[in-house]
Amino acid sequence: MTFDKRMSAADVVAQLSDGMTIGIGGWATRRKPMALVRAILRSDLKDLTVLSYGGPDVGMLCAAGKVKKLVFAFVSLDHYPLEPHFRAARQAGTIEVLELDEGLFHWGLRAAAMHLPFLPTRIGIGTDIIRQKGFVFKTVTSPYGDGEELIAMPALNLDVALIHAQRSDEKGNLLVTSPDPFFDELFTRAAPKVFASVEQVVSTAELDIEANARFALVERARITGVVEAPFGAHPTSANPEYHLDLKHLKTYVDSAASPEAWAEYRKTFIDVSDAEYLAAVGGAEALRALPRPVY
Amino acid sequence: MTEATLADLVILACAQAWRHDGEVMATGIGPLPRLGTALAKTLYNPALQTTDGECYYGNEPIAPGKRSGPVIYEGMANYDRVFASLWGGRRHAMVGPVQFDRFGQANISVIGNHEKPKSAMLGARGFPGNSIVHPNSFFFPSHNKRAFVEGEVDFVCMAGYNPARYLNGKPPAGLDLRVIVSNLCVMDFGGPDRQVRVVSLHAGVTFDEVQDNTGFPLAKIGDAIPETPLPTAEELALIARLDPNGVRTTVFKENPPARRAA
Repeated sequence: MTFDKRMSAADVVAQLSDGMTIGIGGWATRRKPMALVRAILRSDLKDLTVLSYGGPDVGMLCAAGKVKKLVFAFVSLDHYPLEPHFRAARQAGTIEVLELDEGLFHWGLRAAAMHLPFLPTRIGIGTDIIRQKGFVFKTVTSPYGDGEELIAMPALNLDVALIHAQRSDEKGNLLVTSPDPFFDELFTRAAPKVFASVEQVVSTAELDIEANARFALVERARITGVVEAPFGAHPTSANPEYHLDLKHLKTYVDSAASPEAWAEYRKTFIDVSDAEYLAAVGGAEALRALPRPVY
Repeated sequence: MTEATLADLVILACAQAWRHDGEVMATGIGPLPRLGTALAKTLYNPALQTTDGECYYGNEPIAPGKRSGPVIYEGMANYDRVFASLWGGRRHAMVGPVQFDRFGQANISVIGNHEKPKSAMLGARGFPGNSIVHPNSFFFPSHNKRAFVEGEVDFVCMAGYNPARYLNGKPPAGLDLRVIVSNLCVMDFGGPDRQVRVVSLHAGVTFDEVQDNTGFPLAKIGDAIPETPLPTAEELALIARLDPNGVRTTVFKENPPARRAA
């Protein structure tokens, strides 16, 4: 018997369907599973509900008309604070939204990860977050002596989570070696199916878990499939292996200038093979040499 | 000696925010508040913890812009840690909202209607939580009625002193809005019923000018409003050392002097 979770990005897309709720790991311009996102862009999937600490993943899905509803706390390209495709979709009123606070988002993922219907919090009190048209936030009263009234943040249950890691073995043991793992572990626990793109699939021995245990994201039973996708986070970073590609980010931002500009971006960077993509963005050597950005 | 610029004056004014905070995380969003944290840590409060804006605490304040040499880090500031830390209240942030109202409610999400905004900006980010768990201060590079709005902000991302939005009539426990620094003045919430109050005017600025550029009525600290302190020669030299890339010179158009030409 073999036990092997390796698959292609197209295999991942084949397991998705219209109307699904998809959580995307990473944070803004950092460690986004962009190779998987590009595979979705090439598919005929539609009406997705997307949950993300948003960056170009959200912008591209909006530009391609894949998003029915977005659950977010921000969408930003960090060095280009305003995400142009997200802005365009918001300003056209073409997507439904549930806007959250970053920590409230975390709390909703954690509730889902704990298989709870909600978790109590004070976050949202006094703001318009709890007065949005699309969702009625309820409150709960502490059953203890303090009797405090709290916001009940509902579980953010996902159908699928997509994340990007640096290494895995064929069984789905993942290493995320970036200094910040963000909330990827919670995404994997909030979804019954989780697909990870990884820089490299190696043998279990090569993971050297004794040395790298603190980089091991989650037990492999949470991982449905792994896709070997070198530079699969590009143009976002997967440091320490490569950094944010600011030059490409500029090209991407410029693609929001007109429908023609977006069509050109699509033709050059999305509707292409992995090898063509790598060549179009300058090749492996250039990506490995990208300078570390400052924040 | 070098003449102080408005940016230098603002950095010094921002730095006062963290002066008596003790051992907390000091976050300044944007070059001048960030340099304010650096100046506060260096001059007044060495216990402050400041980050590289990404995921580490720096041993010394980390200059905005390109790194001029190796940096010594002193701790981990990944997002999970930052959330856990800020929920405990040991942080004081200075942020730059797009809109701000008389209650201290702040907006960085949208201009216009939330479902179909005229302008979609960042999203609420961590503002809702931050506003009710730790002290917050504010910086506005352009003091005008588009920023200091007449009614409520278009989408309340940060809670303010607005009883109509309190749960059960009580302000959220951690709500603590401190100072507002702009290109014209320094303000706080020390007026009657937490009215926004002008506590100092930058050199050459009048109260009337501030009021004319604010969408809600302001209180005064007294009949005579003090002038915001100009940096001394030592403070200017320190600011220059903390900002070797000169990022502060790019914030205000033409980098004007602290004292306006008469």
